Amino acid sequence: MINKIAASVADALGDVSDGATVLIGGFGTAGIPNELIDALIAQGARDLTVVNNNAGNGEQGLAALLKSGQVRKMICSFPRSADSWVFDELYRRGAVELELVPQGNLAERLRAAGAGIGAFFSPTGYGTELAQGKETREIGGRHYVLEHPIRGDVALIRAEGGDRWGNLTYRKAARNFGPVMAMAAARTVAVVHRLADLGSLDPECIVTPGIFVDRIALVEHVATRAGGVRQDAKGRAA
Amino acid sequence: MKLARRSKEELARLVAADIPDGAYVNLGIGQPTTVANHIVSGREVILHSENGILGMGPSPQPGEEDYDLINAGKQAVTLLPGGAYFHHADSFAMMRGGHLDICVLGAFQVSECGDLANWSTGQPDAVPAVGGAMDLAIGAKQTWVMMDLLSRDGHSKLVRTCTYPLTGLRCVKRVYTDLATFDCTSQGLRLVDAAAGLTAADLSNLIGFAIR
Repeated sequence: MINKIAASVADALGDVSDGATVLIGGFGTAGIPNELIDALIAQGARDLTVVNNNAGNGEQGLAALLKSGQVRKMICSFPRSADSWVFDELYRRGAVELELVPQGNLAERLRAAGAGIGAFFSPTGYGTELAQGKETREIGGRHYVLEHPIRGDVALIRAEGGDRWGNLTYRKAARNFGPVMAMAAARTVAVVHRLADLGSLDPECIVTPGIFVDRIALVEHVATRAGGVRQDAKGRAA
Repeated sequence: MKLARRSKEELARLVAADIPDGAYVNLGIGQPTTVANHIVSGREVILHSENGILGMGPSPQPGEEDYDLINAGKQAVTLLPGGAYFHHADSFAMMRGGHLDICVLGAFQVSECGDLANWSTGQPDAVPAVGGAMDLAIGAKQTWVMMDLLSRDGHSKLVRTCTYPLTGLRCVKRVYTDLATFDCTSQGLRLVDAAAGLTAADLSNLIGFAIR
């Protein structure tokens, strides 16, 4: 019997090797799998390449992973925000490498990895410094830049509902990078807020089919906090 | 010369009035976001947010914020009836694939032929960040810019050639500024309209080169 439901978040995460590429879902704080990131900090893998749209907010989640010194390189589109002081400090003293990728190219490079595409020509970034050194081609009168897939050794994502086959549903805009990252990694681990009996998730509403998912773990639903914006003393967006 | 500037609110109203009914629109972070407040009721304009929302609605009431439902600037928003959620690859396919009708962006500089610089001032000590700016600039059917015509130190932000790092080449169609509105064309800047009392010659003097 297939059962992808793990007994704990740490069991779901399993072993992550030093030097691994870790895809972490989320945009700002929406969809960030904080429980899995905490488990990764406890597990202790080092020299990681981490892919996320941003580079951590406040002191939690990805910011805590960066602060732990386990990350060698960030691949992201927007590392700078009102509360990204952990990354800012590491970057300014040269303690973390940064590959800056336009957000749509980031999503499509992940999708390409999941879809078995060798590389693709994107019009985004043509003629800019982010395309420097990359192969270009004119196709049908338009200029394109050759972009390569980003494959993960492991993807860590947050979903809403899940079943023992690994089928996933999402909540609102917390979906963001989850579906493409789930496809793009050798091993995908999801935290969910609701475990459903097999057959009880509406098949029309399953966004990530279980073929893309290896392990899931149940975590308590805690409302996502504001992040990436200025906050008052109570942690509310100001 | 005392300049009769259009206020930020007037400018947002002008941009909103030029967005056709039924358009799919992405409003960039900052000044462009305020355009949403001026789309008059009764018109249907569908707002896109890069993080996977079509049919984005206004800010929620205080206390009603749900931070799984945020805009590109990470502020809490709402979803209108008929709205939809989707993943990031689909969201950027909407831009890159030419499905979005209009995006409105801020800018550091725009060249007369429509080159855009809005993601980096090139300062070596700054943490670079690009987000969706490059995808939006070249993806939407029309890219409009909203900005002050002059920088704080009085230099024109409309230029012959951008000196800041580029976001996209020849991608801006229209520039709305506090002093005038222009179209960027292969033959240079074309004046669309100007704030009260300003002539094309006045604007040409401020910008530093000829306009049509």
